Amino acid sequence: MSTLALEDIHVRYPGATADVLDGLSLTLPLGGIACLLGPSGCGKSTALRAIAGFEPLSAGRVMLDGQELSGPGVHLAPEHRGVGLLFQEIALFPHLDAAANVGFGLRRRPAAERDRRVRELLSLVGLAELGSRMPHELSGGQQQRIALARALAPSPRLLMLDEPFSNLDGATRDRLVGEVRGILREAGQTALMVTHDAGEAEAMGDWIGVMDRGRLREWRPSRVEA
Amino acid sequence: MALGRPRAAGPLWRATALAIALVALAPLAALAWTALGAGGAHWAHLLAHVLPRAAANTAVLLAGAGLLTALVGTGCAWLVTRVDFPGRGWLRWALLLPLTVPTYIAAYSYVDLLHPLGPFQGAVRALLGVDSPRQFRLPDARSMGGAVLVLSAVLYPYVYLSMRAMFSTQPARLMEAARLLGEGPWGAFRRVALPMARPALAVGVGLVLLEVLNDVGASEFLGVTTLTTTIYTTWVTRSDLGAAAQIACAMLGMVALLVWLERQGRRRQRAGSVRAMRPAPRHPLRGAAAWLATAAALLPVLIGFVLPAGHLAVLAWKRAAEGHGLSTEVVSGAMHSGGLALGVTAAAVGAGLIVAWAARSTGSGGGARAWWLGGAAVGYAIPGTVLAIGLLPPALAVDGWIAGLLGLPGLPLMSTGMVLLVGGAIRFLALPMGGIEAGLARVPASLEQVARCLGESPLGTLRRVHLPLLRPALAASALLVFIDVMKELPVSLLLRPANVETLPTLLYAEAARGSYEHGALAALLIVAVGLPAVLLLSREPAGPAAPASPRSDPPAAVDAPTALVAMKEAT
Repeated sequence: MSTLALEDIHVRYPGATADVLDGLSLTLPLGGIACLLGPSGCGKSTALRAIAGFEPLSAGRVMLDGQELSGPGVHLAPEHRGVGLLFQEIALFPHLDAAANVGFGLRRRPAAERDRRVRELLSLVGLAELGSRMPHELSGGQQQRIALARALAPSPRLLMLDEPFSNLDGATRDRLVGEVRGILREAGQTALMVTHDAGEAEAMGDWIGVMDRGRLREWRPSRVEA
Repeated sequence: MALGRPRAAGPLWRATALAIALVALAPLAALAWTALGAGGAHWAHLLAHVLPRAAANTAVLLAGAGLLTALVGTGCAWLVTRVDFPGRGWLRWALLLPLTVPTYIAAYSYVDLLHPLGPFQGAVRALLGVDSPRQFRLPDARSMGGAVLVLSAVLYPYVYLSMRAMFSTQPARLMEAARLLGEGPWGAFRRVALPMARPALAVGVGLVLLEVLNDVGASEFLGVTTLTTTIYTTWVTRSDLGAAAQIACAMLGMVALLVWLERQGRRRQRAGSVRAMRPAPRHPLRGAAAWLATAAALLPVLIGFVLPAGHLAVLAWKRAAEGHGLSTEVVSGAMHSGGLALGVTAAAVGAGLIVAWAARSTGSGGGARAWWLGGAAVGYAIPGTVLAIGLLPPALAVDGWIAGLLGLPGLPLMSTGMVLLVGGAIRFLALPMGGIEAGLARVPASLEQVARCLGESPLGTLRRVHLPLLRPALAASALLVFIDVMKELPVSLLLRPANVETLPTLLYAEAARGSYEHGALAALLIVAVGLPAVLLLSREPAGPAAPASPRSDPPAAVDAPTALVAMKEAT
């Protein structure tokens, strides 16, 4: 039983002559963490955007828990997909404090439940005390952890991370890679991350997928963890 | 479910935005249609007796005001950004004050002030010991020279504002390089600073010239027959819409030429790389030179603001002392102006938000700026008289249709001021559009994508993410629209309902009757309403490095308001 399945997906930007994604296929089981590794321009970020629904497919199919998200004649709007996305640049809403950022996707839940979930997530990322800080009052690493809490809060079926550590300094990055993996494990979160850093990929993922020119060239278990 | 690239906005948004652009473009289409339909009978007459003089006058007025405002605006901007002299701190923003004096009020004030029997010439005669105006009199303010001076006196701030922003961001390094290569301060200014500032000069002068073309009141008070005043009199006194439309079309040709010239002036100029560098330090002046600089920067403030506004204040005070306080006309004029300004502001900001939102970039591939975005903003480049003449035929047609449909007598839209409201909204739509567009460009596309991933719909994203972040841009553009409508004369003159006066049209009527002192209070109110705009525009960065703005190219004069709003927000 697989959670995420990409079936031979193709994406072409308007006006371009070649496909950015040229027949990408992979399956990711429930609770697994996979990393797509590749040089810039290999299509790995486009893959995430296609799964999130920001890029339409020209061919192929994206399935999640047996539900077709994208496919011939099907394009589910991003807000109805139940997937979370953590960005390279830290995209906290600058007009909301940390707790309100985390609670952004929980608007339809009762207030008490929402508050409880926000507190739960804030302590999961180790920032229980900083809920009332505004984004600019947090360090880069703290901001990215808030962004992670925000993405996890609505319990997405799949969390995608797009080079989430590349804008952080070296020491913060090394610490955060381990922490984020622990958090995802604890939440039992199925996750797909893209990175160009092989060490980061090995430290983070259960599976490593090596991408080149819009295709998956290799798919193997991580060497760090059996 | 529709396949294909997800649009930035749903079909309803796009359709509404498109409809707004079409309404904004309707006056132009109607103008061409009316002009063509009117036949050539008028042309012979117009060409022989009306157009040559009006066109020549307009050209001289444009050239004179363009040149004078370029000199004064550039000079003042250079002084306040590059040298230190007593009073520099407050003169920097006081130089913007003439923006609060509309051209027709400046003309109105100066005609009275410089009248042979007025206070100024009286004082000069007293000084010279002459008793009769027959023995000594200054050249009449009601002349081409007077019109150039009066218009320049209140329009130079457009150049000043744009040049000040440019000079204060020019990096010190380039000036230092010029000095090391053997140029003196003047040579460095002439060979480095000024050529680099050419795009800003083109924007500023472009704005001035559009205002000159828009002006109807000042030229008329000062007795200069321009294309604009000709359109007005052709329609109002001769009721000849066809001929008015034909002159208006000729004028649009002039606008197009101006816009083209302005584009040429900005050609291949980019200011992208200069923003984060250390700006040039100010050179301290001492002794006589310092006081000379103070006097030079003070003079435009005196001529463009203190004298005309002061004269109005004295007139209003005298009226009040004679027991004539607020007349009912002024009160009802203020109410009409305020109501109209509120309505236009709401309509323009709402429409601007719809258009800018529908056209925004969502970060997935760069799209060309939609043509209808430019179409919706076109009103700002069209002189008010031309816009009003163009709006009349479609407005009357729609009005007749509605009246027929509902069985109403007369013209329901025209008589309730709806046509005037739409005209004002078209005229100033570019202001909020530019401001909101610039504001949206500063909201990263990733914020929208995060919100969508967190289950928020596009509309919900607008409400919960963009609107809170756009609040400053919305407030600033709303304020600018409100003030512009409070000052607006030509569109109001032509499209207002019968027997309804706004403050500017009230003033226009008083001036036409020659009863200047009666209109002083109305004029003073209009000037006072403009003061917050000056405060808004006078905000300058605390530090030298302004936050990186995604749009660092100097905007075109057609995007005049964008220019204003961007200047204000970027500096």
